[in-house]
Amino acid sequence: MIKLTIDNKTIEVEPGTTILKAARQAGIEIPTLCHFEMCDMGIENKPGGCRICVVEVEGRRNLAPSCITEAQNGMVINTHNIRVLNARKTVLKLIISDHPFDCLVCAKSGHCELQHLATQFGIRSLPYEGEQSHYRKDTSPSIIRDVDKCIMCRRCEMVCNEVQTVGALSAVNRGFMAVVAPAFEMNLENSPCTYCGQCVSVCPTGALTEVDHSNEVIRALSNPKKTVVVQTAPAVRAALGEEFGLEPGTLVTGKLVAALRRLGFDYVFDTDFSADLTIMEEGTELLNRIKGHLAGDPNVRIPLLTSCCPGWVNFFEHNFPDLLDVPSSAKSPQQMFGAIAKSYFADKIGVNRKDMIVVSIMPCLAKKYECQRDEFKVDGNPDVDYSISTRELAALIKQANIDFLELPDEDYDDPLGESSGAGVIFGNTGGVIEAACRTAYELYTGKTLDKVEFSELRGMEGIRSATVDFDGLELNIGIAHGLGNARKLLDEVRAGKSQYHAIEIMACPGGCISGGGQPYTHLKEEVLMKRTAALYTEDERKTIRKSHENPSIIKLYKEYLGEPGSHRAHSLLHTEYFPKSNEVTITLNNH
Amino acid sequence: MSQYKIHMLVCAGTGCQSSQSGLIYEMLQDELERKGLRDDVQVIKTGCFGFCEKGPIVKILPDNTFYTQVKPEDVREIVDEHIIKGRSVHRLLYLDPETEEHVLDSKHMGFYKKQLRIALRNCGTIDPENIDESIARDAYQALGMALTELSPQETIDIIKRSGLRGRGGAGFPTGIKWEIASKNDAGQKYVVCNADEGDPGAFMDRSILEGDPHSILEAMAICGYCIGATKGLIYIRAEYPLAIKRLKIAINQAREYGLLGEHILGTDFSFDINLRYGAGAFVCGEETSLIHSMEGKRGEPTNKPPFPAQKGYLGKPTNVNNVETFANIPVILLKGAEWFSSIGTEKSKGTKVFALAGKINNVGLIEVPMGITLREIIYEIGGGIKGGKKFKAVQTGGPSGGCLTEKHLDTPIDYESLTAAGSMMGSGGMIVLDEDDCMVSVAKFYLDFIVEESCGKCAPCRIGNKRLYETLERICDGKGTEEDLEKLYNLSNVIKDTSLCGLGQTSPNPVLSTLNNFYDEYKEHVFDKKCRSGKCKNLLYYVIDDENCVGCMACVRSCPVNAITGAKKQTHYIHQDKCIKCGACMQKCQFDAISLKSDYRVSVES
Amino acid sequence: MAEIKTLADLKRKQEEVKTQIDLRDKAENPGSQVQVKVAMATCGIASGAKNVMDFFVRELPKRGIGAVVTQTGCMGYCFAEPTVEITIPGKDPIVFGYVDPRKADEIIEFYIKQGELVDGIIPQNYNTINQD
Repeated sequence: MIKLTIDNKTIEVEPGTTILKAARQAGIEIPTLCHFEMCDMGIENKPGGCRICVVEVEGRRNLAPSCITEAQNGMVINTHNIRVLNARKTVLKLIISDHPFDCLVCAKSGHCELQHLATQFGIRSLPYEGEQSHYRKDTSPSIIRDVDKCIMCRRCEMVCNEVQTVGALSAVNRGFMAVVAPAFEMNLENSPCTYCGQCVSVCPTGALTEVDHSNEVIRALSNPKKTVVVQTAPAVRAALGEEFGLEPGTLVTGKLVAALRRLGFDYVFDTDFSADLTIMEEGTELLNRIKGHLAGDPNVRIPLLTSCCPGWVNFFEHNFPDLLDVPSSAKSPQQMFGAIAKSYFADKIGVNRKDMIVVSIMPCLAKKYECQRDEFKVDGNPDVDYSISTRELAALIKQANIDFLELPDEDYDDPLGESSGAGVIFGNTGGVIEAACRTAYELYTGKTLDKVEFSELRGMEGIRSATVDFDGLELNIGIAHGLGNARKLLDEVRAGKSQYHAIEIMACPGGCISGGGQPYTHLKEEVLMKRTAALYTEDERKTIRKSHENPSIIKLYKEYLGEPGSHRAHSLLHTEYFPKSNEVTITLNNH
Repeated sequence: MSQYKIHMLVCAGTGCQSSQSGLIYEMLQDELERKGLRDDVQVIKTGCFGFCEKGPIVKILPDNTFYTQVKPEDVREIVDEHIIKGRSVHRLLYLDPETEEHVLDSKHMGFYKKQLRIALRNCGTIDPENIDESIARDAYQALGMALTELSPQETIDIIKRSGLRGRGGAGFPTGIKWEIASKNDAGQKYVVCNADEGDPGAFMDRSILEGDPHSILEAMAICGYCIGATKGLIYIRAEYPLAIKRLKIAINQAREYGLLGEHILGTDFSFDINLRYGAGAFVCGEETSLIHSMEGKRGEPTNKPPFPAQKGYLGKPTNVNNVETFANIPVILLKGAEWFSSIGTEKSKGTKVFALAGKINNVGLIEVPMGITLREIIYEIGGGIKGGKKFKAVQTGGPSGGCLTEKHLDTPIDYESLTAAGSMMGSGGMIVLDEDDCMVSVAKFYLDFIVEESCGKCAPCRIGNKRLYETLERICDGKGTEEDLEKLYNLSNVIKDTSLCGLGQTSPNPVLSTLNNFYDEYKEHVFDKKCRSGKCKNLLYYVIDDENCVGCMACVRSCPVNAITGAKKQTHYIHQDKCIKCGACMQKCQFDAISLKSDYRVSVES
Repeated sequence: MAEIKTLADLKRKQEEVKTQIDLRDKAENPGSQVQVKVAMATCGIASGAKNVMDFFVRELPKRGIGAVVTQTGCMGYCFAEPTVEITIPGKDPIVFGYVDPRKADEIIEFYIKQGELVDGIIPQNYNTINQD
């Protein structure tokens, strides 16, 4: 053990503990800015760049960054004497002096960590006025980069490169003009960005935010000629409450439905419904592939990869263009919903698809890009018109003067609002494959599952594997969340060394519950754990917990689609993938 | 083999090459051929002589004749007169500025008298592209000795005893550095030579690599033997094409001779060296940045610890030394630690190479024993201040260093004394400033460099230095306030206190040392709106001399902003608060009554 | 190029190549060396100074004598060409006249090696302006 003194308190810590952590153990909170850590997911960012967390170590010439300096035996540390406080405040003032002063109109206002620090430090004036660094604003289908607000904390860079291994963002330029940007400062759209939005989740300021589509939604709602249909993704219900001060993990499904109705949506449906539909299609495809594989058909590709995550789809289109036949051809639940809403349901209520607007509420930013893809349009009319994030919905509710907490619990509309517990758990890592197993097991074996929970598929480990017994048929299941983990499994597939029959992949660590469109967690890991637990609770509360038992799904097949994998199902519910080159096309941008 | 009677050494360093020394070399060969003297006279391209002020240099041996500023058209005369007739070409000899006499033998030149050349021992005397000449000068003997007679630890002990300290800037004891790296167990270790010379005006590393590449290769191999590394990397900036070329030749020749590669000199020791190119970022001279750059990552520092000796290139223990440090190693082994430690001061042993620049007569590269005074360097070796002006300060240590003044002239120079005087050794840049230099502008110049060269990783260096620069700019523009002066102090101290790497931790030194030594000049800029050297354009004033003004109204009419008043036949007056310094009045005045002055009040009072 | 396989190889190689830069090393330290100046003006060359110079350059190292051989201009003793000025460290320079290779051999063996004067010395009776 290491013994040291912090602010006159003598404490003992494990070797390798940083001063910051040692201080926290002693109940002393040192302010930080660039640093963050999510231990359970193995994510940490400590470039030592912001210098806000500096402390005085006796005998050392200059101040030490507490987040990266390891505690040593006999260290005497002062975390808040005048030298330290002056240095910290000066550095903070410097950072602010190169930051736009437009808090009033900033998307991050209220959630900005720089703003919090300014408040905490009582910054009232700026002695260091001078030039501010200016860059071109970059708007992609999902993410806006307003890097004038970048403070070089490098969190996004770390997440993009080390966690996701996407490599779209890195520090460019030197000195005062240094900033995090795609290579050659090209647009995000031309970069290998997958729009997973994890950079937005970790950005402490308003430098990275989502593209806001709420105005388009308001315009649609106020147009009496349009029938506006909304779908809500599973993970939204487990997080939206946080925006209204509720404890993380509070389920607000009923209030969510009520709020959407109050906002004026004509039909409030559930993406959980189309998640069930996805299981019908993907599960069938899985069984067919396995049967073909067991029969020795050389044209059958194993493993089957899930394809409901659009960030993941972008990732493999960029990085594994040679493996485009490996993922399931099933569309994502969002797109299946749109396709069914604008065909089956539109027919049912006698509305032309052109007069129907489908809005999706998603925990995800890649969904904004996904719904704009050409293959999800009919004569230029998209199956899903607008995708807005959980955060955008919360802002809409607040703007509309709706007292969210006082809302009654209401139910989804029929028929696209009915769902099973299997659909709900789509929002958690491992949830899709668990849902698929519930259905595939029963379809394959003809038996009823005694226990629908596949606990071996649950958890937070980055890569998990389990063998599921299908009555003698042993299925090897792989699960990866976070694109870096996905890459590892995909490399195995590419090398022909994969032992799996099916792999579930989610781009975001933890799955959709930590999507780039979810309320900001301020990097608190326990928030994600609580959201995960909430979705499993919702599953448990459901009377129907298997997708193939969802009556509305059964009805849909009976009335409209026929069998899973039928011709109509194929044309409405399946898609194909396109290789995206990672080669850089350089367009010179003058800022 | 024919025995040459005369050797002609033509400097082929970058400086002299850019003034056509390559052509001079070719023409000498041709002329000798024509005169049938090719078997008698050998022409050799060598590394830098150091006396760059007077390049291109041609030195003729054995009589030590030192021809300066040789032009291609002088070639025939040199051959005809010197080689054939044995008479010196007087007009090309170095002219001693004090005695005003031509110096026949370079040994008698003031520039060389006080120098002691250890690191530069072979620069300017051998052909760097011919390994045989290096071998003749003991190259690889020290390696051979270490491999056959000494254990790694014994070798390290010699280096430790010699007292050699890193010549790149901070002055960490080299032997201790090696010892730390040797004690870290790892399958693979690396020896890295830091040839990313970035201080403005410094070029000693380049000159050593161009003039004596084998000394570096040998030293790296010795280091490899000591720490247990088999791979060496030289990180060199791509802007040094000549040094790169000579290194490549040297590495190939050493490999052909088996002096690099497997089982060197029949021992179990294997070592090879490769080059890595930098893009010329100043921060990549910082060792963690350098290592990241070599790994293909962004060239920016990371926190130490872990030190490179623990976790360096590709995560392996890595020993990084600067070129000049390595250049000392073979000599120390051959001549002994005691010989080396007898040179220099108590804590700083050996010699140091300085690049003399600025307002000094003998601009160039010099190597002097530690402990020499600034006065000796500036007045004896450097030949004094250009144009007989008054010495004001000398800036040492580059952008991380500071300014030393008249009161430091007799301080013996070593790591400690320079630091105590508010500057630092740095890589050895030495820029001499005279009375015409504005010290605020000098500080601004260095900050400008730092703002460009900061990597941008940590906030105090990225933004703080920019704000420092802007404040200095305001002061130079005459817009500085008393508050600005206080801000300079606080900001400088916080940047030093909080920056991530050595670059930021030292970047305010030029500001602090000028504040400490020339506070009066700052005050003049701020309170009197005056720049005594006249360097700050915004602090020059158009003033009408009452004696010469005849009251012709020409200036009054020409002023676009009506800043000049005065009736006809009465002396006119320029209102400084309105003047935009366009200069139109001075152009119009036929009576030389308007002039630019650094202080308008003086003329008012007189 | 032959590989250098041992330290002994390296030392042998050094001996072999040392002569290449011998001249430069000596020039660094002329005071400790025997200095031989051969007058190589037109008069000297016409009388065979080149042969004499070649002889000194070749023979001195062969006989193990550290010497600097330089050429110089006309010393003014045109009647006695070729002339050679020899300076032994610590002694005054002495000029020999009518030097041919045979005479040169004699100078090396007797004067340079043993300090014995030989015939043919030209008395120096003036100072040059360059003399300190």
